[in-house]
Amino acid sequence: MTRVRETLLPPAPPPRRTGGPAGWLRTNLFSGPGNTLTTLVILAGLALLLPPVFRFLVTDAVWSGNSGEACRPEVAGRAVGACWAFVGAKINYLVYGSYPAAERWRPNLFFGLVALGTAWMLWLDAPRRGLGAVFVFLVGPLLSYGLLSGTAVLGLAPVATSLWGGILVTLVVSLVGIVASLPLGILLALGRRSELPVLRYACIGFIEFWRGVPLITVLFMANVMLPLFLPGDLTVDRLVRPLVGIALFASAYMAEVVRGGLQAVPEGQGRAALALGLTRWQAMRLVVLPQALKVVVPGIVNTLIGLFKDTTLVSIVGIADFIRVLEAARADPRWSAPTIPATAYAFAALFYLAVCFSMARYAAFIERRLAAGERGRA
Amino acid sequence: MPRNARMRLVSIPLLALLAAAPTLAQGDTLAQVKARGHLVCGVSGGVAGFSMPDGQGRWHGLDVDFCRALAAAIFDDPDKVRFIPQSSAARFTALQSGEIDVLARNTTWTLSRDTAAMNFPVITFFDGQGFLVRKSLGISQVKQLDRATICLQQGTTTELNTADWFRTRGLSYQVVTFANSEQTLGAYESGRCDAYSTDKSSLYGERLKTAHPDEHVILEEAISKEPFAPGVRQGDDAWRDLVAWTHYAMIDAEEAGITQENVDRLRGETLSPEVKRILGLEGKYGQGLGLTGDWAYRIVHHVGNYGDVFARNLGDGTPLKIPRGLNALWTNGGLQYGPPIR
Ligand SMILES: N[C@@H](CCC(=O)N[C@@H](CS)C(=O)NCC(=O)O)C(=O)O
Repeated sequence: MTRVRETLLPPAPPPRRTGGPAGWLRTNLFSGPGNTLTTLVILAGLALLLPPVFRFLVTDAVWSGNSGEACRPEVAGRAVGACWAFVGAKINYLVYGSYPAAERWRPNLFFGLVALGTAWMLWLDAPRRGLGAVFVFLVGPLLSYGLLSGTAVLGLAPVATSLWGGILVTLVVSLVGIVASLPLGILLALGRRSELPVLRYACIGFIEFWRGVPLITVLFMANVMLPLFLPGDLTVDRLVRPLVGIALFASAYMAEVVRGGLQAVPEGQGRAALALGLTRWQAMRLVVLPQALKVVVPGIVNTLIGLFKDTTLVSIVGIADFIRVLEAARADPRWSAPTIPATAYAFAALFYLAVCFSMARYAAFIERRLAAGERGRA
Repeated sequence: MPRNARMRLVSIPLLALLAAAPTLAQGDTLAQVKARGHLVCGVSGGVAGFSMPDGQGRWHGLDVDFCRALAAAIFDDPDKVRFIPQSSAARFTALQSGEIDVLARNTTWTLSRDTAAMNFPVITFFDGQGFLVRKSLGISQVKQLDRATICLQQGTTTELNTADWFRTRGLSYQVVTFANSEQTLGAYESGRCDAYSTDKSSLYGERLKTAHPDEHVILEEAISKEPFAPGVRQGDDAWRDLVAWTHYAMIDAEEAGITQENVDRLRGETLSPEVKRILGLEGKYGQGLGLTGDWAYRIVHHVGNYGDVFARNLGDGTPLKIPRGLNALWTNGGLQYGPPIR
């Protein structure tokens, strides 16, 4: 026996739209009472916060002027937000420190080299990335050193590191930290897993020592104490001293991050590689390390972001990094106006935010790409 | 072992950097400075009127000009000098370790500092410790700061004076110390302290750095003597003489009416034996200092006399408007007095 429906079903209402802007809003922001409430609270917070910030940074800001007067409300005749005129007047000092004006093309070229190296490394499909690595980790640093401090070989007048300052120094310090800590950290992490006890304990000792000392102490030791211990006629450049300290400090942290990655790679991987006839070094380089590093990309970037922000500690040992230079610029009584302190720190915040945010975005991009690779294989 | 080879590869550039650093020895400072081709001068990291970089990174101030004068005397070029900012806590170590040739950093000459490891050849500025307070407190005298919290900087004479002054008067107080003037001022402005104390001369600039300078006053009173003097290492008498006479040359020039503006004219037409001696037209006074005869001329020509330097950095033409006061010439009732050049 068959059953046949004899009447038409009443038409059902169309399903709730999930496409289009309205649908997107519904599924993502207002999908239930809890979600709706959170959304509303956050929106209210933003509505409260963003307009004043925007007003301070943009609408009420003073963009030109040649003294602090221009940024005084009684002179401007209106409410005054950020005094960008101050940043404009000091920008050369903020970027180059006291680097001689006639030689500023050298830091500019250095910034160019940094951009080139970064692009080469970051653009995954770039041609000859192997060559890029040699450039970033070997040629670049040596070339930059010669360029910035001057060498007779290149026919460049020497510029003492005491004249370097501002964003230039912040970049130099962070780049040295980054460029040194990646390879050193990997070597230390490998050393820590080595089968040779001497090597293993040496690496453990090194890592634990540098992780156990606060960076401030390292910097003070490097800058203030070291010259007292060295024989009278041997001194190390005062910028190089904290640089070495930071490089060693950062590599200890990097080593631990990389070790985490090495532990995440199943032991079978290495064994299988050996069974295929690869040497131990090949197995490490071609099979284990690539997988390990992939796992720890977020950790590495996290460490690098931390390092970038920590570099400002060098200011306490008298290195004129970006923050130090900003504070010194602020001492100018000709530039005294109510919002100048806030402007200075807003500028610093924007700078650090821009750099750190780009690093974080790049890391996210890499992660997505690697994840896509995983999916493709499955 | 390839692994070790990599390790060695990495450490080579580091060692190369270490070895490439310039070398410096103790002993004959003038000879080292001449050999190096520039003077290295420790200054503070931003005290308006004393040492402060401008928008191009060029340093200005009384302490800065003192170092420029020294460079002018030695090299006939006031720009052959490097400025290295020093924190109040690290400044003496920097001098001892040979990192700087002379410390011109609003540093007070005290007995313990003098005997510990350095010398103070001459007083370049007479100052005293003052207090910056909010106008709204309605305070006009330091003793009204009973039970107040005071912000000041670590490793300074300020720290010691404050303790003495309040204790001898049986007043209670609380001190919060910071590593640099930025932090100190920041704490004071944010209301962490009732008063900000340091050398009065620095307070003029610090007050202008606040968001609303009109809301703060510097109390009239000075509770201590703060004679600022450049510092040099012990055991180098020739250098010590040169540093002292650099200042005296600027004082004597002012007293003799030689200014940066008229020095070149005077050099051609003066008949005064005193002016001639200062400008090196008579006698060989530079020789004793290891310099050329026109050493003092170079100072005035490139940098100016003491009055020029004071007016340019601290005087009425600047936002600071610090009165000459004790720093007027002795002939005008001040304390600046230069031994004769002869
Ligand atoms: N004259 C006193 C105080 C010198 C001092 O350190 N003053 C502070 C207060 S403004 C300063 O120069 N700070 C500038 C800086 O930290 O860079 C001393 O010699 O101990």
